[in-house]
Amino acid sequence: MSVTDLLTQRPRRESDDRDARTSDVIALTTPVPRGRRRRRWHVPRLLRRTVGPLIVLGVWQLACSLGVFTSFEVASPVAVFDAARQLWAEGVLQPNLLISLQRVAEGLGLGTAIGLTFAVISGLFWVGEDLLDPVIQAARAVPILGLVPLAIIWFGVGEVPKVFLIALGSTFAVYINTFAGIRGVDSKLVEAGQTFGLSRWGLVRRVILPGALPNFLVGLRLALVGCWLIVIVAEEINAQSGIGYLIMQAQTTGRTDIMMMGLAIYALLGILADAFVRLLERRLLTWRRGYAGA
Amino acid sequence: MRRRQESAPVVSAEGFAVIATNVRRRFNDREVLRDVNLTIEGDEFVALLGRSGTGKSTLLRILGGLDTEYEGDVLVPERRAVVFQEARLIPWQRVLANVLLGLRPGEDGAGALKAKGLDALGEVELAEHARDWPLTLSGGEAQRVALARALVREPQLMLLDEPFGALDALTRIKMHALLQRLCERHRPAVLLVTHDVDEALLLADRAVVLVDGAISLDVRIDLERPRDRGDAAFVELRHRLLRELGVEERPPRSTVAPSEASEADFETTRLATTSPGRRRSDDPTPPPTI
Repeated sequence: MSVTDLLTQRPRRESDDRDARTSDVIALTTPVPRGRRRRRWHVPRLLRRTVGPLIVLGVWQLACSLGVFTSFEVASPVAVFDAARQLWAEGVLQPNLLISLQRVAEGLGLGTAIGLTFAVISGLFWVGEDLLDPVIQAARAVPILGLVPLAIIWFGVGEVPKVFLIALGSTFAVYINTFAGIRGVDSKLVEAGQTFGLSRWGLVRRVILPGALPNFLVGLRLALVGCWLIVIVAEEINAQSGIGYLIMQAQTTGRTDIMMMGLAIYALLGILADAFVRLLERRLLTWRRGYAGA
Repeated sequence: MRRRQESAPVVSAEGFAVIATNVRRRFNDREVLRDVNLTIEGDEFVALLGRSGTGKSTLLRILGGLDTEYEGDVLVPERRAVVFQEARLIPWQRVLANVLLGLRPGEDGAGALKAKGLDALGEVELAEHARDWPLTLSGGEAQRVALARALVREPQLMLLDEPFGALDALTRIKMHALLQRLCERHRPAVLLVTHDVDEALLLADRAVVLVDGAISLDVRIDLERPRDRGDAAFVELRHRLLRELGVEERPPRSTVAPSEASEADFETTRLATTSPGRRRSDDPTPPPTI
């Protein structure tokens, strides 16, 4: 339909009868700009997200190949990969990787359990908060790595001090976030639960804890990052096994490639752990996205 | 979670759903309810009107057992259910679980309870949403679930705290019709807190106006159902209630004869001047002059 069609088909209005001189005349001179619809390639998100790291790897490899660094300063990605393959073939990598994973799992499990328990006690009871929270806040301010010498005195040089340090490194993130989550549960929902006959335990189980779950998962993600930071230090200081131990060994023999391999493994494990918690979020928090199927 | 205070016995005198005498409630220095006396009969639909901050929600919360720090005596039935302005559905429980919140399966088992919940959802025409998450529902649907959650408890007293206040005008009209149907079927006593005079006149058997923490007007709404907003008696009552609420509206044109209008004026003035808070609501209220 053309503009003239549009104008002539318009129903008559009262204002049409008015004197043309008294009515306002609007000059229709400005077409509203129209953007051309852009065609976007539909690239899967996973693929898009791998492009950045791949570029970094490429630049890194290029810099090494062009001799910007000596192989003693920085090992190239290919050299790092070769080191990993070699250690795997010799059967050195597997047990060390396993022991590191085990330490993280134990430390994280313990730390999460403690953080969660304290958060629930502080979150649900004012007395609990008054007693626990100041202590935990103070403990949180202590640099964990400063505890390494003490941990050795207390627990010797076995597995216990490592697990202890990792647990400590993960517990605060869980505590703080879960506590905030419990206190952040909408009091109107709690009140609704009360009016409709939920018992105190029912309220905790069906309203308060599920309400704090998103925050707990955020805490868990932070804890995962935190405990990988601790494990590397714990393993470099007094260990006969683990990825950190491999890195320390490589330092004495000047094997930059193995040192960087160790770091790369930490990075990979960090990504995997984060992906795992995000998967957990997607499974547990379906209600947030309004996903109807199960 | 405050510890529950020992409150008034939850047994009601026969035929009544609410008997509240000399109810007072103060928040620090502010006296929100000064001296409220209110009775609601077993199947009566009472609309509680008032401007914001006059204590109508406080009164509802006292009757619902949500506010226990009051003075005076309040008798209510055991089975009560509240519908709030927001639906207050638990977002991480599916719709059906929300309806059945806090209910324990009886002797006939969990299946029977579930069937009851589905029936209630059917009554608000949402049975097919039983397995949905609350966040996928529209505002009107969520509020219907809240109604189902109240109904499934077979309440003897329904407490509605501005339940349609957050809905759009078109949805509200539908909700009014739905509520009316449900009340006709189940005949609970209802206390509807609202500031919408038309809503009160469309739905209630009685309108009670709360001004400054005391009941200042208590009128029976003897209009035939279904009610028509354009009806002369409706318009007259509306005018009267609005005036009581302190909103001066232009008097209805041509619908009321001058003599009747002045009589209505007189009636309101009398109620307002005879010690507002002292008025017992179970006094027989003269029907509005229409």
